Amino acid sequence: MPVTDCPEEIQASVAKVKEMVRSCIQCGTCSASCPNAEFMDITPRQMWRMVLTDRLDLLFASRSFTMCSSCYWCTLRCPRGLELTRAMGELKQIGARLKLGNSKKSDLFYRLFLDNVRQYGRVREVELMGRYFLGMRNPMAPLSYAPLGISLLKKGKIKPELPGRGPGKLADLFEAVQHQEGI
Amino acid sequence: MKSYLYYPGCSLKGTAKEYDISVTALMTSLGADLLEIDDWTCCGATAAQAVDSGIGLALGARNLALAEKNSRPDPEKEPLDILVPCSACYLNLKTAQFDLEKDKAKREGINQVLSKENLSVQTHLKVRHLLDVLSLDVDWKKGLPFSNPLEGIKVAPYYGCQCLRPFTVFDNPESPHSMDEMIQAAGAQVLDWDMGAQCCGASNATTKPDVGQYLVGKILDNAKDAHCIVTVCPMCQMNLETYQDKAHPVPVLYLPQFLGLAMGIARDRLGLELNLSENVQLTGG
Repeated sequence: MPVTDCPEEIQASVAKVKEMVRSCIQCGTCSASCPNAEFMDITPRQMWRMVLTDRLDLLFASRSFTMCSSCYWCTLRCPRGLELTRAMGELKQIGARLKLGNSKKSDLFYRLFLDNVRQYGRVREVELMGRYFLGMRNPMAPLSYAPLGISLLKKGKIKPELPGRGPGKLADLFEAVQHQEGI
Repeated sequence: MKSYLYYPGCSLKGTAKEYDISVTALMTSLGADLLEIDDWTCCGATAAQAVDSGIGLALGARNLALAEKNSRPDPEKEPLDILVPCSACYLNLKTAQFDLEKDKAKREGINQVLSKENLSVQTHLKVRHLLDVLSLDVDWKKGLPFSNPLEGIKVAPYYGCQCLRPFTVFDNPESPHSMDEMIQAAGAQVLDWDMGAQCCGASNATTKPDVGQYLVGKILDNAKDAHCIVTVCPMCQMNLETYQDKAHPVPVLYLPQFLGLAMGIARDRLGLELNLSENVQLTGG
């Protein structure tokens, strides 16, 4: 799938990633350094090659880029000094905007996280997790997090709060940025 | 010791309260004043770069602008450095600083956004991680008051990722050692291991538990010869402390909690009862 086949609003982002990895020499240092590589079906090195050869169909058929935990080993070690972790972040953004469905949970979690920040300025962990569980539409989902939630409540580290209403603490900031980005 | 502008970040006001409590107690004991930045907001964590990097930059810039606003309590003196205990916050603020310094057009754009709140950012302040401040601004060899030396305690120093990478500031990201001197000054021994700079899985522990917990398991198993792990990141601490059931259980303390214990600071002033590992019972020899 060439870049020009992507929806128009995605093309600029893909071109940005392509520019970020243009001088990749395919040495594989990124893949060898990635702590999550063994959970990936295609490696980071392969991902960059797919970006450069316009094989976005292959790239986005995989969820490898969603495995990136932003540890910056690849960025630190890249002999060409490429900002690979940032490029991976851009791929996550593109994946989320294409609604590919191969990274539903992280897309949902990150989106709700930012909604939470927009509303309150700071993260309200209880509400974030509550909305995350609702968003997953899986009644069993909260169960695996319940023991942790209970110990955090017992320690008084989290407290339930009523959801806020109104435009939100950082609504103007978010709006101004999105306006500048043309979103 | 110097005074610092203090950016605690969301975790330190919620699930990592004990980090906030112990940073404050330790820095006060070391004679430093912490000036919490007024009206600070979230740095964007790892979420912003996965959703909208523009928002991420704006969140970092807003906090830098607020810091700049109250960075000179004494106009006669140099502006204060920003002290950040959370590694993700540190990286986000530092990245915003770096990007805005490098790219004038970006800075103008952001300042336009910030002007609605009468804020603007010039990027002249230093953003420093707690570990940077502790390792470079404190002379650990010089008569610090360690009234309760933790002799016989072996410590696995765990640095995590984002305080070391991608910005190389105060330590070697391939083989970090900045905590060694402090741990030894506290009377304890340093475990010789190579997991100190490995990743804890970060938010994968929440969204892809199998991936996150695999990394946590590797770290915990490698620390089995240590009495405790000492760390400087709320996400690392939470991940390592929470997923202990499938690996070798080890108490995970924040560095200021550990150093505070050795200095004889009371346990409640270090928030030790808030750690999830119930068995944080390190006593001096």
